[in-house]
Amino acid sequence: MPKDFLRDAKDAYDVVVIGSGLAGLTAANTLARNGHSVLLLEQHYKLGGLATWFRRPGGHIFDVSLHGFPAGMIKSCRRYWNSQIADSIVQLKHIRFDNPMFSLSTTFDRRDFTRHLVERFGVARKTVDEFFDTARAMTHLGDQSMTAGELFERFFPGREDVVRLLMEPITYANGSTLEDPALTYGIVFSNFMSKGVYTFAGGTDKLIGMMDAELRRNGVDVRIRCRAEKIHVERGRVAAVTAAGRRIGCRAVVSNGNLKGTIFDLVGQACFDPRFIEEAQAVRLNNSSTQVYMALKPDVRLDEAECGDLLFTSTAPVFRTDLLLNRQVTSRTYSFYYPKTRPERNRSLIVSSTNARYEDWAGLGRADYQESKRRLVETTLDAVEKYVPKIREKIDATDCATPLTFERYTSHWAGSSFGTKFEGLAVSRRLPREIAGLYHAGSVGIIMSGWLGAVNYGVIVSNDVDAFLLD
Amino acid sequence: MTGAEIKEAVVEILSDIAPDEDCTNLKEDVAFRDQLELDSMDFLDIVMELRKRYRVQIPEEDYPQLASMASTVAYLEPLMKDMEK
Repeated sequence: MPKDFLRDAKDAYDVVVIGSGLAGLTAANTLARNGHSVLLLEQHYKLGGLATWFRRPGGHIFDVSLHGFPAGMIKSCRRYWNSQIADSIVQLKHIRFDNPMFSLSTTFDRRDFTRHLVERFGVARKTVDEFFDTARAMTHLGDQSMTAGELFERFFPGREDVVRLLMEPITYANGSTLEDPALTYGIVFSNFMSKGVYTFAGGTDKLIGMMDAELRRNGVDVRIRCRAEKIHVERGRVAAVTAAGRRIGCRAVVSNGNLKGTIFDLVGQACFDPRFIEEAQAVRLNNSSTQVYMALKPDVRLDEAECGDLLFTSTAPVFRTDLLLNRQVTSRTYSFYYPKTRPERNRSLIVSSTNARYEDWAGLGRADYQESKRRLVETTLDAVEKYVPKIREKIDATDCATPLTFERYTSHWAGSSFGTKFEGLAVSRRLPREIAGLYHAGSVGIIMSGWLGAVNYGVIVSNDVDAFLLD
Repeated sequence: MTGAEIKEAVVEILSDIAPDEDCTNLKEDVAFRDQLELDSMDFLDIVMELRKRYRVQIPEEDYPQLASMASTVAYLEPLMKDMEK
């Protein structure tokens, strides 16, 4: 008889959280701390969603999305998790750019970007200050008509090199392009490129393990291998969730699933006003990614001064965001992991990430798909050679992930690795007005994306759920 | 609760949210944001703490009322006047 992963679960909870990405985990923790009974359902066999890792023989552990997050993560972890988690966050001080226009190193903070822009790019100090201040003043309620491209044109007309420096990391972090609203750029830029890049010492497995322990301390009923199949709506209100074949009553649901999957698969469009459905259909998913994972032999050391912690590379002569999604990859971002990441293991690893389109991978036959994966690994090794000479002799194991991999492990539509474009945020926020007790907290709207965006959106939505449950 | 007691409650919450800052000598009519390093998550935390500690519900459209000490106390007074400290 198959194992019952919902064994001893109660018949009803105040809240059911569907999905254990960072937004789902944080929502579950916040709501439990506020005294609500919470059931957390995860379809996969481990928690974390895209904040995940996997092991390969030889003692290697690959982190899938631990590439660097903003300083704000320290405060959010301290406040919404615990100080132990916050205290494990450390700065990555060596961020590099290498492309045909420039090659430089930075500590990735406002002062250092200003220094580069003034000294190296020859931009007037006053212009740089005004740009930073303008970006910082942007809020999600601001003017949506200006695009990021127009914002750059206003401050740095004709300066493709400056745009490349200021945009490339953001495109990498959340898939946004020059055509997206300037305010989404400004908000993320101000969070991310002002106080440095940080990482979690000990790796994703340690972080998620600590979060799991904290959830249990706070009384969350955590269940893995439990796929939520249906959210039941009765008389305009959330009534229950069916998971692993069992119906569990609840007053509220927080879906950490993909926004479209939540509306169209879990609830079903018949439960919504047709005008809302039209808007939900119009929400554009953000792109997906490919990644190549390279584990070095145990005795091999990477040249830290040459590689840095995070390296933005491109061989394209100019920066065009549409080219970033092209299968003829010209841009790759490398995360280098030194033994300090997991000192007890003493391993060095490289993860190469590239934004990608789901459509380019989904239509392939089995043989073509395998061949495309092989080619992706080989061309990546060729590209890494520039920074790690003789890479092929140094590696112990390689693997790769495609948009189909992301789709399989996260159940996100089209393997979307950054949620939706900006319009998705308004649809996500409107859900509880359509159906009482129905909430969504997941990567959405560009600004609520990435590790910090996900954690904070989990809190923002928990606040609404808490207010609803108290009424 | 009186206006003075409400103010004391708000100072207590602010001190928990911004532990590294002195929240006892804030100017009444100057925005919190101009006196303390507060971001939008900090303001959300004020709302959550008021609900948790005093069961006061503040709808999103009223968040701007929490800009300064004077406006916060004026906004909370009618909601909290019947509460015991």
